[in-house]
Amino acid sequence: MPGRRSDRSGLTMDMMAAGETGDLRASLRRAERARTLRGLGLALPLILFTLVFFVLPIAGMLVKSVQNGPMPDIMPETSALLQAWRSSEPRGVPDEAVFAAFAGELRTASQNRTLPELATRLNFENAGYRSLLMATARRLPDAPVGSWRDTLVGLNPQWGEVAIWAAMGRASPRLTEGYLLAALDHRRDDNDHIQATDASRAVYVTSLLRTLEISAIVTLLCLVLAYPLAYRLATLPESTANLLMILVLLPFWTSLLVRTASWLVILQREGPLNQALQWLGLIDQPLELAFNRPGVIIAMTHVLLPFMVLPIYSVMKGIPSNYMRAATSLGAPFFTAFRRVYFPLSLPGVTAGCLLVFILAIGYYITPLLIGGANDQMVSALIAFLTLQTLNWGLAAALGAVLLVITIALYFIYTRVVGTDGVKLG
Amino acid sequence: MPMGARIRGILLWSVSILVIAFLVLPLLVIVPISFSSASFLSLPIPGFSLRWYEALLTSPVWGRAILNSLIVGVIATVIAVGLGTLAAVGLHRNEFRGKALLMGVLISPMIVPIVIVALGSYFFYAPLGLSSSLLGLGLAHAALGAPFVLITVSATLTGFDANFARAAASLGAPPLTVFRRVTLPIIAPGVISGALFAFVTSFDEVVVALFLTGPLQRTLPRQMFDGIRENISPTILAAATLLIVLAVGLLLTAEMLRRRSQRLRGIS
Repeated sequence: MPGRRSDRSGLTMDMMAAGETGDLRASLRRAERARTLRGLGLALPLILFTLVFFVLPIAGMLVKSVQNGPMPDIMPETSALLQAWRSSEPRGVPDEAVFAAFAGELRTASQNRTLPELATRLNFENAGYRSLLMATARRLPDAPVGSWRDTLVGLNPQWGEVAIWAAMGRASPRLTEGYLLAALDHRRDDNDHIQATDASRAVYVTSLLRTLEISAIVTLLCLVLAYPLAYRLATLPESTANLLMILVLLPFWTSLLVRTASWLVILQREGPLNQALQWLGLIDQPLELAFNRPGVIIAMTHVLLPFMVLPIYSVMKGIPSNYMRAATSLGAPFFTAFRRVYFPLSLPGVTAGCLLVFILAIGYYITPLLIGGANDQMVSALIAFLTLQTLNWGLAAALGAVLLVITIALYFIYTRVVGTDGVKLG
Repeated sequence: MPMGARIRGILLWSVSILVIAFLVLPLLVIVPISFSSASFLSLPIPGFSLRWYEALLTSPVWGRAILNSLIVGVIATVIAVGLGTLAAVGLHRNEFRGKALLMGVLISPMIVPIVIVALGSYFFYAPLGLSSSLLGLGLAHAALGAPFVLITVSATLTGFDANFARAAASLGAPPLTVFRRVTLPIIAPGVISGALFAFVTSFDEVVVALFLTGPLQRTLPRQMFDGIRENISPTILAAATLLIVLAVGLLLTAEMLRRRSQRLRGIS
């Protein structure tokens, strides 16, 4: 029967087809996966290198920001006792057991020469604790005169106050949130309540806010200068635009230090800018332009401007010129057409440029350091100072962690809005 | 042309020229001062002299600094170009879950504030014996430069017609030969401009150098930084002028490569 036969053959063909496409799909997927893996294999050296020499050091910095210091290693018994004491309420001066343990471990630390390390750590809690600790260790008798408590208070009355014990208590655990709190201008008081740092010492949030403020001003200035230039370049013939683009890119390729040195020369009291302004009769006295905020902002704007021009220009180049012509031919005045048609189309470039410039600006260090005054230093300079001068690595790392979090948040927005493919280099 | 459009055109040109002048002129101001016969830093110069260039080129300190910078730059560039090119080839047209995250991490050295990299390296390198060594600084700079290579090579690959590679493979060339004889010549402009970026990144980097180097590993930017900080002298401007000449050379090379690459890929 033809009908039946065709039915059967149809069925067989269906089955065969199903089997074949299944195989095909599976083998395609296999081939695809093998290709992906081969590609990842080629990328593996860079992935590993970046992990070891970039991600790992930064992770190490983050760990440093919560590591407390040497107290639990140098004075294990005192540390354990002080942690128990910290949970007591209301808090008075610790009892004799703590004093005795401390006196014993102070002597050991002094003999093992580990005391200076501990004294440095406690000095971060309160400047003056280093000398208190070192002087006490020097004059510590072998046996107590009366109780250890009376002996220590006899050497220095500070041992009879809660403050020093609370400071050692804060230094006792292995991990601490103290550096992160300090980076945000907060601290734990003698009763372990979190409090704002005194206004006179609250320098870190001030410096963070100043960093954000300078970066925002620089970003805005870059945008104002870059937008018309990018528009001009985008509406010129390709060859002319390329020629002018070389001039835009020249500062981009020139050493940051060269550009900073140039601005120092230009902005100094007897510099060309003051000379020119005086020659033009605009000013009588030379202006103070270097070592202050305007100098920092001018120099940073100069350094970061190419990073704003490039993304705006590349977006504008993709806007067909007949859109504006269509709008004006329909009767829209130029500025209406620009505002309603061209500007919205150029916004992706504006967003990319602003985010990029802002992200780069908040990490600036060299330019503000060399051109700014004491009140123009950005948070990077503070981190470097804490690391290289005061050696307060925990606080430096904590401040670095705060800066990193801000940067990563902005970078995340950037990759969402622009994508990593949007990072272009001319 | 209507009046309004002409005025707009003139305004736009004036603003653009002013902005370009703002970008370029500051660099040119220091060039004449570096040829001054006097030691003060103002224009016009009282007389022409090459004494600051002589001071620069005969000083053992500056010579050492230039040599150190070249060594570090070469280490950083070689590593960044090798790893960056391989990764760009491997990741090109290769879609998988988590690729955006991976790219984000690989590009992040361009974005993370340099002082954080410096601080992390400062803690990380000391126990490895890599602090106060040119190799350590080169490794840190390689991590900073690799993203540039990844980006420039990826950009050249975007226009790369995969059929060339397929054709070579179908004619029996082993993968390595395909890469060497077909892929590499086509992506070469991207590789070279990536190398230029990586080298400049290292040659110009001062913050990590401040954290990682001692007096013996002083690099050129670090030497300039100290000079500017202490007392800015015409010697520094002479060094700066030479660096501007280098920048112009690098820029023109990069631009030439970009055009060549567009031609090779048939874009322009």
